[in-house]
Amino acid sequence: MTPEEIKNKIQTALPGTALKWVRDTLLIENPQDLPKVANFLKTSEEFRFDYLSSVTGADYLQYLEAVYHLYSMEKKTGPFVLRARVGRDQARIPSLVPLYRGAEYQEREAYDTYGIIFENHPDLRRIFMWEGFEGFPMRKDYVQEDSEILEASDIEWLEKHQVQVPEGMKKRAEELKKQGRRAVAERPGQPEPQ
Amino acid sequence: MAFTENLSSVDGGLKSELGKKGIVVATLNELYNWGRRSSIWPMQFGLACCAIEMIATACARYDIARFGAELFRPSPRQSDLMIVAGTVTKKMAPQVVRLYNQMAEPKYVITMGACSIAGGPFIDGYNVLRGIDRYIPIDVHLPGCPPRPEALLYGLMELQRKIDGQTIEKTEWYQKGLKREYPVPECGPHGLIPKFNPEVWAPREVDHRKERYGEPVLIGKKDKAPNLDAPVAARPAATSASSASQPSAS
Amino acid sequence: MEKIFSARDPSALNTETLEINFGPQHPSTHGVFRMNIVCDGETVVSLKPVMGYLHRNHEQIAENMSYAASMPYTDRLDYFNSMSNNFGYSLAVEKLANIEVPERAQYIRVIMAELTRLVNHVSVIGFLLNDLGAFFTPVLYAFREREKILDIFEEVSGARMMCNYFRFGGVKYEIQPHILQRIKEIVKKFPKFLEEFEALLSKNEILCMRCQNVGVLPKELAVSASITGPMLRASGVDYDIRKVDKYSIYGRFKFRIPLGEKGDVYDRYYVRILEMHESLKILDQALKDIPATGELVSKKMAPFLKSPRNFKPPVGEAYGRVEAPKGELGFYVVSDGTPQPWRYHVRAPSFINLTILEDMCLGHKIADVIVILGSVDIVLGEVDH
Repeated sequence: MTPEEIKNKIQTALPGTALKWVRDTLLIENPQDLPKVANFLKTSEEFRFDYLSSVTGADYLQYLEAVYHLYSMEKKTGPFVLRARVGRDQARIPSLVPLYRGAEYQEREAYDTYGIIFENHPDLRRIFMWEGFEGFPMRKDYVQEDSEILEASDIEWLEKHQVQVPEGMKKRAEELKKQGRRAVAERPGQPEPQ
Repeated sequence: MAFTENLSSVDGGLKSELGKKGIVVATLNELYNWGRRSSIWPMQFGLACCAIEMIATACARYDIARFGAELFRPSPRQSDLMIVAGTVTKKMAPQVVRLYNQMAEPKYVITMGACSIAGGPFIDGYNVLRGIDRYIPIDVHLPGCPPRPEALLYGLMELQRKIDGQTIEKTEWYQKGLKREYPVPECGPHGLIPKFNPEVWAPREVDHRKERYGEPVLIGKKDKAPNLDAPVAARPAATSASSASQPSAS
Repeated sequence: MEKIFSARDPSALNTETLEINFGPQHPSTHGVFRMNIVCDGETVVSLKPVMGYLHRNHEQIAENMSYAASMPYTDRLDYFNSMSNNFGYSLAVEKLANIEVPERAQYIRVIMAELTRLVNHVSVIGFLLNDLGAFFTPVLYAFREREKILDIFEEVSGARMMCNYFRFGGVKYEIQPHILQRIKEIVKKFPKFLEEFEALLSKNEILCMRCQNVGVLPKELAVSASITGPMLRASGVDYDIRKVDKYSIYGRFKFRIPLGEKGDVYDRYYVRILEMHESLKILDQALKDIPATGELVSKKMAPFLKSPRNFKPPVGEAYGRVEAPKGELGFYVVSDGTPQPWRYHVRAPSFINLTILEDMCLGHKIADVIVILGSVDIVLGEVDH
């Protein structure tokens, strides 16, 4: 089957879905259509993609993306790749957990690292990082902390636990606090020599 | 590492002479340390890859039992030695410190592998602690990724030498006012609070790695995303071969 | 008088559930895995896994370094099977940049991958028995065999565990004839060891009682939950990527896929034993057919062995997957034409196999949880990547 035929087949079965081929993958232009399309691919006799291999989040600066790799265990075919794109600020994609149980942890992982919110997910929490962690560390604009400079909150904590803190460190933390900055990791000044 | 050897008041030559006659002369210190160093019970506590090498050390081929350290205890309260075998992540660090606090005196720590010494290959990760020595004192550092079982045995022997250098009248755990419990860090919004315990560890004054590479490797060094939507002209075979084999200009 | 409690009628007993925190420091969680278990008496009512205690940010680090530099990091994903991890990653990048692999290198790859499978399955059975209470003795047997194979790895690649042996388009070092001879000897002697192992275990009454009908995973749930590897096949689904994709040169070998019937812990144990026998068959054939001489790395990739930072695959994406000993290990790589990948994702089998841990454990006793977890065969480096 050629790509165009597959696309037509899906669109005749599900009128109103906007699809587009991106290389070898099928982009679902409206993410809300994703469960419909996946359900069709899973149940239709022709495809039977009953096995969701991988769910991946990705950050393309302008938008976030979720990539789904579908295979068929029954027909031993695949992969069939679906992708859905959402804006960085309102990253909401319907969850595929009702269709594929295997998406459960993988969607939690994508939420944890990229902050894509999967609607109707039964238990959408952070999976690797702890609750209370701020930011989504795999996004390209995430900035890590500088792990060698103590901040005001650290000093406060240490003093509460009766730990002696050297004056220099205290001073530095105060300066940072005055400037309203966090101690974050900085970019290297020059590109590393080859 | 230089450890002070225990000074025995009995002359070595005399000792060996007496030994031939079946008389063993030893100081109390020697007896005390001999007993302690020959039955170090490590904690059965593995974090990552190095734990597998730790298990291999305990197995028949390397046989850690020859050093009296085969009895891996699952509880910190029964163990003398904590082998921090593997990467300590920020999520795991509070638990490691708590385990250390729960160990009874005398207690020793071996950091096994580059990760637990300083972060190792994973040093740039956002969730990786750069060395457990930021929160607890370490007795023996054991580099390698992972260290071979022989290396762990060597580390154990170094620890035994350290134990040999201790004297019963000066050991810390018989002194008053001993503080060998360290505050357990907490998970904060950006990492651990505090980032390190200044009583145990302080940043280096000159950090060559930081000077050269910046700190740490950042996500998002790139500012242009690939455009996969763009049509592919002539599909891979020829094009990729030429583009891949050209050395880059940068 | 009001009846408060009758021993003959347990339902009249009003019990409270008990919440148990299990791990992350626990000898039987295979690392730093943690579970929050709610028990009613000794029966599991709810089980919530907590992960991330070994989240080492492999993906983040890989997105900031050259393609070849990620290879040693893949070793540390599933630290029992560094060779299979290398295999998956090289397949993905080879797909991305369209690289051919020379014949001899293909054979060496298959030999290494199958040896790794032996190492993994034999150790996993040892640890499973550990979890059953046969403390350390089966592990001693397992590690004895493991050491023999690790010696081969060491001689071939220079490292016991973290081999870093594969390169894009081939493998790094030549494999000497005397090493091949030693592999042949191992393959010849291994069935005898398996026999010994099986004689001690397979019909052991305690093992049967603890494992049969425990942690049953139905076929439909297994497929829907994306379970792969020996766990899936123990549930009776005939799906082995070596057969389905025929990646590398697996199409050339004759081997069968062992399937379980019920999908309980015992099936998972036995499928692994049978898989080792099949791996030995593949090894036998590969050792017979391997060409005596030939290139190790394809001509196209040879210059990049010395200067890996110059390797720039064309813009595009690729998903490469292999049948790792624990299941489908997939690597999803997106290239933007620079020496660093734009996106690098690992589809870790033991991470996804944990999805249905709760379903398998519900209704069982708390002691069975450990056995079921042992039969899932997790390695935390991979679960938390």
